[in-house]
Amino acid sequence: MSTPTVDELVKAGVPVFERRKPRLRRTATPYGLMAPAALYLALFFLVPIGYMLYTSLWSGFLGDFRFTWNFGNYSFGIEQYGDIYLRSLWYASIVTLLALVLAYPVAYWIAFYGGKRKSMYLFLLLLPFFVSFIIRTVQWQFLLADNGIILGTLKDLGVLRNDFRVLATTTAVVSGITYNFLPFTALPLYVSLERIDKHLVEAGKDLYASRVTTFRKVVWPLSLPGVFAAFLLTFVPAVGDYVNAEILGGPGNFMIGNVIQDQFLTNFNYPVAAALSFTLMAALLVGGSIYAKVLGTEDVTTGAAVRA
Amino acid sequence: MTDRKDRLITDPALLRGLAMRRMSRRDLFRYAGVGAGSVSLAAILAACGGQPGQTTPTGTDTGSSIFAGQPNGTVNFGNWPLYIDKEKRADGIHFPSLELFTKETGIEINYTTPINDNAEFFGKIQPVLAAGQYTGYDIIAITNGDTLNQLLRLDWLVELPADMRPNFDQYASVAVRDPAYDPGNRFTMAWQSGITGIGWDPKLVAELRPDKPEITSVNDLFDPAFKGKVGMFGDTGDTPNLTMVGLGIEPETSTPDQWRQAAQVLEQQRDDGVVRAYYNQNYTNALSNGDVALTMAWSGDIYQLNAEGDVEGLQFSIPEEGAIIWTDNMCIPIGVENPVDAITYMDFVYRPDVQALIADWVNYISPVPAARDIILNELNDPTVANSPLVFPDEEDLANLHSYYVFKTPEEQQEWNGLFQPIYQG
Repeated sequence: MSTPTVDELVKAGVPVFERRKPRLRRTATPYGLMAPAALYLALFFLVPIGYMLYTSLWSGFLGDFRFTWNFGNYSFGIEQYGDIYLRSLWYASIVTLLALVLAYPVAYWIAFYGGKRKSMYLFLLLLPFFVSFIIRTVQWQFLLADNGIILGTLKDLGVLRNDFRVLATTTAVVSGITYNFLPFTALPLYVSLERIDKHLVEAGKDLYASRVTTFRKVVWPLSLPGVFAAFLLTFVPAVGDYVNAEILGGPGNFMIGNVIQDQFLTNFNYPVAAALSFTLMAALLVGGSIYAKVLGTEDVTTGAAVRA
Repeated sequence: MTDRKDRLITDPALLRGLAMRRMSRRDLFRYAGVGAGSVSLAAILAACGGQPGQTTPTGTDTGSSIFAGQPNGTVNFGNWPLYIDKEKRADGIHFPSLELFTKETGIEINYTTPINDNAEFFGKIQPVLAAGQYTGYDIIAITNGDTLNQLLRLDWLVELPADMRPNFDQYASVAVRDPAYDPGNRFTMAWQSGITGIGWDPKLVAELRPDKPEITSVNDLFDPAFKGKVGMFGDTGDTPNLTMVGLGIEPETSTPDQWRQAAQVLEQQRDDGVVRAYYNQNYTNALSNGDVALTMAWSGDIYQLNAEGDVEGLQFSIPEEGAIIWTDNMCIPIGVENPVDAITYMDFVYRPDVQALIADWVNYISPVPAARDIILNELNDPTVANSPLVFPDEEDLANLHSYYVFKTPEEQQEWNGLFQPIYQG
């Protein structure tokens, strides 16, 4: 039997494939799709970071800065402001914990019991954040004034001592940051809780698990990606915040963001400001990577991606 | 301390500085290096201007020639908010003094208020100046202090033509003539000045210190009776300088040892819990909310707080030891496009009738004492005309001190190293 020709095969209904060379277009597509983002990152992230790194190794004074591989800026920054770095990390840890404790029940309730009004509840939760956060923080100054509508009233009623105050304390700063970053915590939590199949909870009930056990064994583990993402998204910006310390804080509440601002704007010491920023960023980056590694990168990044 | 004004005029070092006016600042730098033994204050000041290795173009060398031409018919002035006379009329808001200028000279003035903070504004224009380009402003108003010193040190201001300001020569107050930070007014002309003193709430002060319910001294800021109710500025200008005034130290001529003394007092004040917080412009909220009983304050603000009427009877005191006077200065940044128009306007505001319009509205210290009679007799506003905060008399002025002027960047670094940790702590 002779080998059938292509035509015969086609007539016989046998599907024939010509082996094609992989086209350039096909392999290039993913890169093409990535290009705008990559270009954006290169232009607006890598270039500035590179320049910041370069600036951080200058020495001299404004008008006479020179690139001298001056690593002294780093040791100066860490030596001089080590305490303030630690304070910022400490504040951010409390803030993140507080925000998680506050946001979890709310996100849980909206996700499980929000029904048709879910998006409205979510909108209500986010409503205050449509106003600039500086304006809101300044408003707290008025609300919490020593003799203002809240403390003044409580003092008149004899509930509080006359010299009691909230402003210009660590409590005020930490509460302020918590308040301002709450949406960064609530949203990823909500997204991961919302995705949980509610039938799983019913199944837990059917299997005679108590509500607490169901939560502990089913809901909590399934919401973990959201918790991890919320932690990262709250902690990182909280460390670098300087607005709350400036508006609500007092002596001894200075954070690293305030120091960087001072070095940059008051001292015109761009190299030290750059070194301080870079140190902070590097610390957060390393910390964040370890965190992601320990908890599993996928969980953290999906959680974060889902939020976006 | 009492003869400060005399000293300002007759200080031999300053006179010498004036006599050397024809030399460029770079020349002075060279001479300062050679004849170090007999260097005058002015020469040392000038030396700071010439940084070796500096690449920016200098405004000084071309200073006089750019003023030789004709006006271009337009000028861009960047100033602070709420700092010019304004009038609401049926057909909209008018700016009488600006409109008068355009009417008389034919020069359009583009008046904007981009400056809320010296350092922040400097940060914005700094890259443009470093490139030697036009900032978009022919005139800017910068307070004497860090930022102005930097602009001078970096040669980023254009030297003003001394023969093009007849009104300034005739009418400028002694208080703004030939200041320590700019001997001979070679680069700056005052817009308005203000006082850093103490603002206080009489009710709270009486409550906390019944036996002496008045604020009269800088040392009241350090009184433990006001624990947790004292506001200080979180800066390296007003706070250290006013503290030194309180210690009986003349800030302008202070020494590093005296700086340390002041730093110690401030540190003690913080550690004892006397300071409520270190504020910036937001101290006005703290004062009107009753969060502080007394606070370092700027004269014009207390005026305006009382005028707004949220709180009653806030007081502003010039302490018996003295207070700090600061000046917002008109100056021309390098790269200027309309230099002739700029100097024309800068001199125009020194005409007493023009100054009367401005001073009667802004209520800061006017650089033209002759404006007082016009405000009193023609504008019929005795409150402003008789206010020592707008037209201080000789005695008031004698009690006002200026900031210490840094002679080298290293000195400034030492200063900041002493005073910054106090509010950063």
